[in-house]
Amino acid sequence: MFAPVYFDHNATTPLDPVVREAMLPYLGERFGNASARHEYGRNTRRALDLAREQVATAVGAEPDEVVFVSGGSEANNLFLKGTAARLPPGLLAVSAAEHPSVLRPAAQLARQGWDVRHLAPAADGRLARDDWQATLALRPALVSVMLANNETGVLQDVAALAAQACSAGAIFHTDAVQALGRVPLNFRELNAAGVGAMTISGHKIGGPQGAAALIRDRRIDIEPQIGGGGQEGGLRSGTENIAALVGFGLACERAVARRAEGAAHLDAMRRRLESALADLGATVFGAPDGRLPNTSYFALPGIDGETLVARLDRAGFAVASGSACSSNDHGPSATLLAMGVDADLARGAVRVSLGTGNTERQIDDFVFALKAMALNLRRLGAVALSG
Amino acid sequence: MAYSVKVLEHYENPRNVGSFGKEEEGVATGMVGAPACGDVMKLQIKVGKDGIIEDARFKTYGCGSAIASSSLVTEWVKGKTLDQALEIRNTQIAEELALPPVKIHCSILAEDAIKAAVADFRKKKPE
Amino acid sequence: MVKLPIYLDYSATTPVDPRVAEKMIPFLVEKFGNPASRSHAFGWEAESAVEEARAQVAALVNADPREIIWTSGATESNNLALKGAANFYSGRGKHIVTVKTEHKAVLDTVRELERQGFEATYLDVQENGLVDPAVFAAALRPDTILASVMLVNNEVGVIQPIAELGAICRAHNVIFHVDAAQATGKVGIDLATLPVDLMSFSAHKTYGPKGIGALYIRRKPRIRLEAQMHGGGHERGFRSGTLATHQIVGMGEAFRIAREEMAVENVRIGALRDRLLKGLSDIEAVYVNGDLEKRVPHNLNISFAYVEGESMLMAIKDLAVSSGSACTSASLEPSYVLRALGRDDELAHSSIRFTLGRFTTEEEVDYAVKLLHQKIGKLRELSPLWEMVQEGVDLSTVQWAAH
Repeated sequence: MFAPVYFDHNATTPLDPVVREAMLPYLGERFGNASARHEYGRNTRRALDLAREQVATAVGAEPDEVVFVSGGSEANNLFLKGTAARLPPGLLAVSAAEHPSVLRPAAQLARQGWDVRHLAPAADGRLARDDWQATLALRPALVSVMLANNETGVLQDVAALAAQACSAGAIFHTDAVQALGRVPLNFRELNAAGVGAMTISGHKIGGPQGAAALIRDRRIDIEPQIGGGGQEGGLRSGTENIAALVGFGLACERAVARRAEGAAHLDAMRRRLESALADLGATVFGAPDGRLPNTSYFALPGIDGETLVARLDRAGFAVASGSACSSNDHGPSATLLAMGVDADLARGAVRVSLGTGNTERQIDDFVFALKAMALNLRRLGAVALSG
Repeated sequence: MAYSVKVLEHYENPRNVGSFGKEEEGVATGMVGAPACGDVMKLQIKVGKDGIIEDARFKTYGCGSAIASSSLVTEWVKGKTLDQALEIRNTQIAEELALPPVKIHCSILAEDAIKAAVADFRKKKPE
Repeated sequence: MVKLPIYLDYSATTPVDPRVAEKMIPFLVEKFGNPASRSHAFGWEAESAVEEARAQVAALVNADPREIIWTSGATESNNLALKGAANFYSGRGKHIVTVKTEHKAVLDTVRELERQGFEATYLDVQENGLVDPAVFAAALRPDTILASVMLVNNEVGVIQPIAELGAICRAHNVIFHVDAAQATGKVGIDLATLPVDLMSFSAHKTYGPKGIGALYIRRKPRIRLEAQMHGGGHERGFRSGTLATHQIVGMGEAFRIAREEMAVENVRIGALRDRLLKGLSDIEAVYVNGDLEKRVPHNLNISFAYVEGESMLMAIKDLAVSSGSACTSASLEPSYVLRALGRDDELAHSSIRFTLGRFTTEEEVDYAVKLLHQKIGKLRELSPLWEMVQEGVDLSTVQWAAH
């Protein structure tokens, strides 16, 4: 059977087979409820404790700083709404390019009396300095800036931002879902700089869907968003999804241990891809030196992104035209528009996000296919224009 | 709940379970605790003419730690005078059985049972 | 030979049915797409599997697939239903009615709503564990907007008169939520006829995986909710966030099997439960908690008087059972459900919940009966209370030296 080439790792990653093997017993004989006091329950409890330790160790946190949740979106919701609920309404600053699971809770808080300010990006995708300084002067109570952007892969200097935000009196959160396993990530260091909480997720690092965590400084008061049996120290009720959490723990351990060697491979592939893209006259968005090693977000002038993505899919390449979650929305990427990209060019945006399982051969095949399509589509476009 | 080896051992093989006959000479009974609290201990001592505790029996309604604590004190009080028996402290019991903090009340109850049994004896037989 | 410990805690969680696991595994191997990815086949394949599962869940309860949304589990479903409805309809009134024997996920959520300014009534149940519809009707006020009653109780397995209670809610224009986490595959649910507006489901109580659940949201008349988890607008905006495709597929398959097999399975399990009850009924001073007739066939909750609960669990460690609900048994508090049934603390402390299931065998039940006879006998020999009762002492007249 013809297997398409998967270039959409920022949406979700294939499950690491080693992780899968570790999970399977928890879909079989190891099925106990972690809250039960008999042997089945205790076995699950031990597995849960181990997963928590693995996650904590992988990101330089303490096990009791890890709150397991069902996904990155839930972790972002928990932090923003849970922390805001324990504070008098004030200013919440989020970068304009955040994931919807930060932007939408922020909009919700705006309806509850919070002032919400969207931090503008500069042309390279990093926060615009002037706007950032102006925001700090307004003394925000809460700030959320993602460590690595899902669309562009642009990295923010979160430690520096957090230090400044912290001095201005804010509690600082970072969505590190796309950063985990791709760039070095140490909560203890970030925490020392001023980061109060961060979101990480399993299915972006070879782990399963359905498991993620909010890593948080225990001094931050957070109101639970899902109440009930009092699991996760009361912060998140509901029977623990043990199979997914076992997978998440191991995936964190493996992704972090193998990050450095993977990064070199990703970097080599991406360079190869981007040099070919340059030859094709493509614009690659975001700071060239401050991006995730796996992400290339580009546009070929005069070619519609949706059309190109559909053609690539038929040719056997799975790429994205934006973040998976907002693929529903039509119109150019809000992130790119905020970076000052021309709307016509932004409409051409295509995201290639690589994984360590990809090969340089696949890059070459992709470039070959892309060239042919670009030629063809430009000719069609030219016909349309002249007609 | 993780129990220590010693608690498990006493729980599996409790020492001196039972009751003395009501009419037996020198028998005194201490009953402490309440069902609503989850623990009731009945400790009986049999005191010889020389004032030495010759034998002891217990029955306990309670968790494994309560059963082990009362089983242990039946062993400890034997061969002691009443005053020596009263010197047994809950901390010794807790230490011997490696009781976790949430189970310390079991050792306190066992100490109380000794006191109650001795008091019962002294009430019946004022010296 | 029976394998020890014997699992008799199916209401805490069930093993994943091997057929369910088999259906899930491809989604842990090559079919790993994000169902929200609209630009490639990986995403479409995941999306179509998610929709097939939605139809399977809807079919078990005779609902429209468009009325089913995915959540991370019944706890989240309960939170979403109650907070979502209370917040959306807060303009209509501020009163909520629920029952003292509900799951913590409902009780805790209603408490939270009280902190937000809503008022709540927590109804008592009758001694058999059932809500009296007359009491329920009397509790409704002109400003009542929402009521929540579970279909099957997790501890005592009694089946509440949902149809009757729902009709009362309809007559008073009150939104009716039902937690059915313990009910799927055990009692028939027909949402085409039941006057229920919102219903919570869990996969892992019905031989599906953990980490996935669903909420039924009626379309006619249309029920609106304020979303509780915001983001990419998944699940028609009711619940954002990527949920695991393999888990969704597992829940669908588990509910498909439940629909096809529940009739036969419930007869078999009911016979085993009756065998267990019969085997234990010659032990003196045992009391069944909750109505025996209006009850799922899987559940037997019994109090063994004059033995203490924790030491009993220790004695029967070859049986994986629970005393009180799994979510609360970490604390030594007696079960609030049994208290609500009027059981005193001692009997609540000495209660055991046996819940049988798809993989329970006759040998296992017989082994359990034998073991219980032996261990209860031993513990009663140790029990000063039992001794007093044998001597004819009325324990209620005893002055306890409480400490």
